Amino acid sequence: MRTFKIIVLAKQVPDTRNVGKDAMKADGTVNRAALPAIFNPEDLNALEQALRVKDNFPGSSVTVLTMGPGRAADIIREGMFRGADDGILLTDRAFAGSDTLATSYAISRAIAKFGDFDLIICGRQAIDGDTAQVGPQVAEKLNLPQVTYVEEVKDLDQKNITVKRRLDNGVEIVKSPVPVVLTVTSSAPACRARNAMLIMKYKHAKTVTERQVANEDYLSLYNDRPYLNINEWTVNEVDTVAEQLGLSGSPTKVKKIENVILQAKAAKKLAANDADMNLLMKELIDSHTIG
Amino acid sequence: MANFYTDNKALKFHLQHPLMEKIVALREGNYSQSEKFDYAPFDFEDAMDSYDKVLEVIGGICADIIAPNAESIDAEGPEVIDGHVKYARGTEENLDALIKAGLMGITLPREYGGLNFSIVPYIMAADLVSRADAGFVNIWGLQDCAETIHEFANEEQKNNYLTRVCKGETMAMDLTEPDAGSDLQAVELKATYNEEKGVWLLNGVKRFITNGDGHISLVLARSEEGTHDGRGLSMFIYDKAHGGVTVRRIEHKMGIIGSPTCELVFKNAPAELVGDRRMGLIKYVMALMNGARLGIAAQSVGLCEAAYQEALAYAKDREQFGKAIIHFPAVYEMLTVMKAKLDASRSLLYETSRFVDIYKAYYHISNERTLEKEERNEMKKYQRLADIFTPLVKGLSSEYANQNAYDAVQVHGGSGFMKDYPVERIYRDARITSIYEGTTQLQVVAAIRGVTTGAYLAQIREYEKEHLQPELEQYRRILIGLTEEYAEAVDKVVAAKDNEYIDFQARRLVEMAGHIIMSYLLLIDANKEPDFMKSAKAFNKITRQIVHGHGEFIRGSSIADPDSYKFEL
Repeated sequence: MRTFKIIVLAKQVPDTRNVGKDAMKADGTVNRAALPAIFNPEDLNALEQALRVKDNFPGSSVTVLTMGPGRAADIIREGMFRGADDGILLTDRAFAGSDTLATSYAISRAIAKFGDFDLIICGRQAIDGDTAQVGPQVAEKLNLPQVTYVEEVKDLDQKNITVKRRLDNGVEIVKSPVPVVLTVTSSAPACRARNAMLIMKYKHAKTVTERQVANEDYLSLYNDRPYLNINEWTVNEVDTVAEQLGLSGSPTKVKKIENVILQAKAAKKLAANDADMNLLMKELIDSHTIG
Repeated sequence: MANFYTDNKALKFHLQHPLMEKIVALREGNYSQSEKFDYAPFDFEDAMDSYDKVLEVIGGICADIIAPNAESIDAEGPEVIDGHVKYARGTEENLDALIKAGLMGITLPREYGGLNFSIVPYIMAADLVSRADAGFVNIWGLQDCAETIHEFANEEQKNNYLTRVCKGETMAMDLTEPDAGSDLQAVELKATYNEEKGVWLLNGVKRFITNGDGHISLVLARSEEGTHDGRGLSMFIYDKAHGGVTVRRIEHKMGIIGSPTCELVFKNAPAELVGDRRMGLIKYVMALMNGARLGIAAQSVGLCEAAYQEALAYAKDREQFGKAIIHFPAVYEMLTVMKAKLDASRSLLYETSRFVDIYKAYYHISNERTLEKEERNEMKKYQRLADIFTPLVKGLSSEYANQNAYDAVQVHGGSGFMKDYPVERIYRDARITSIYEGTTQLQVVAAIRGVTTGAYLAQIREYEKEHLQPELEQYRRILIGLTEEYAEAVDKVVAAKDNEYIDFQARRLVEMAGHIIMSYLLLIDANKEPDFMKSAKAFNKITRQIVHGHGEFIRGSSIADPDSYKFEL
């Protein structure tokens, strides 16, 4: 039977579902220290889809790829506790301050280094920024097809994948060639709980940096059990152009943050042509949403 | 994310008991398994960290899945379709979550796919699941029948059945029959050996069988034709995959509705003998029941917790006469007493679990090598303690589960009588705990040996020696006085040399001993963790009431007393 190599893109996010008074700093950025760091919820839905593929095609592998500070290794372990085989932490000061463009650039370069894969699965969007841009941008940068709002993988073979998309006005069944990027929505099945044996197997998994401060008793472990080594890639391990990384690669600047009560009830549908795009841009500029 | 483990500091407290170091080392064979299994611990800290992390998973599943499903399971219940049980939808979901999380063979050895946890964290898991849904815990908790297979079955049977239990197959223990309830010597289900097929065939009827349509059942049957007592009974494994047993009906029950209680018809059902013939009741059922009784004690403690939590939340929320009702003495006293009973039962539960843990670990080691003399003595010591503590904790904690459920409904007032609040279900679910796996009255029959042999008193004297902070001294002094009162009562009853008189006073004596023991345990807990101080004080008062009350009854009674209670028919 065919096996599949799956990369799950995951993000460690502040738990904005439990927002207190000190959730925002005075400068309008998120006060990450005040909020517990969690596995972005829709990325967990994505992980579940990946694990289901692995269940159905034994021998398949699931790799969790995340970009963030050192502590983001927590979500790689979290993924392992639920069934992921390994993980890559993309971490470097050079990536700090990335907006979605710089993030998707760095991630796409890391995927290029990773090599062969069949599926990239990620959550539709993260609960801290709610942009829903990174998944689609990664697909564009890797020149791959993408299917967004995925709820279920219905069929998968050597060449093609068929998925169900959940849209405002119903569902769509879409077939795409593989490799492909899928973004999964929160209406997809919840991720399975941590597995007792996997917790015990992987709880000592660490990145190189974490090992340097770890309990010395266990250090020989990492030679004996290679699966306990979480890959840690810095900017030196990934082939990138410095200007496209971090702050310098991020055109997005936060001007201010305010509470907005959404007025529009219905979604607006646009045709995929220049005329409609122009109309939308004009409307967004007029309303000062952008520009 | 809600979590029944992390929101309850008491469990972590009991997990950190000093005896755990010995328990885990015995269970883990001094940490020799990490070479062979990638999930085995390297040392004590590693093992404890694993217990903690796995309990956190269970606590999460309890809060997120099992507790929210309890109401619909209670409403839907299981049904019989074509002679087999179909669980309620929520039951299926709960099982699926626990199986996927790898929580089915918690105490079984790793070679069969189990987690090889000691009894203490397993009982904590049962405590957690019971708080979430005391009906569901039966289906999941019957995995401890596998311990009996582990202890007494042959290698081939262990390889087959234990591996399957670890993968998520459920179990049942088929003991009761229409004419054999408390009196299991009367079991009549017939086991005949079929020479032609080379298998045992079972024929007859079993009744009140929890999860009777489980995948793997332990069946008590009469293998020796012409016998009429316990010595003619043997233990068998029935594998549902072979067929031959149908579910005739599911009982309509007051509580634990999600747990299917089945009437089973055996028609030439093929079965395998476990261990030796004729030892079914004498040896194997006793082991099975002791495990099950500890499980019911955990179920009772989980129910005590659920009742207390519901009552506390309601009392804080509900306002009458311009303030939350928790501010009225009648209500806050009720809540503090509930909490004291909860903490006392739980402390006794984990003390008992530790005793069971140590002697079982030695038992399994003794199957692999001869125990040293010192080890043999330890095994005996803890087995004796486990034997007298198991009926005590089952009897007392199940009565407290009922009392707490009653009080929780009371705190809710009229609303508690409605189906709108979980206390109504908790009240019904709690009722069975003091009945099945031996009624409280039968626990007293098992526990009275601890009274007459002086075993409880000896253990009380051990607790008496514990080092306590100066401010707790006064409570120790009270308990020393109460112990004297208990000892005098025992002397008086035993001196009568009349078995009926001892039976007549047995419950009072067992309750006196049990309360003094629980009071000491709570004092020792409070000595380490100030959070238990309130319960330790409140329970000290309860103990005074019980010991003085029962003591007074016994002082004023004579050997002629039972006559004035008897019925002449």
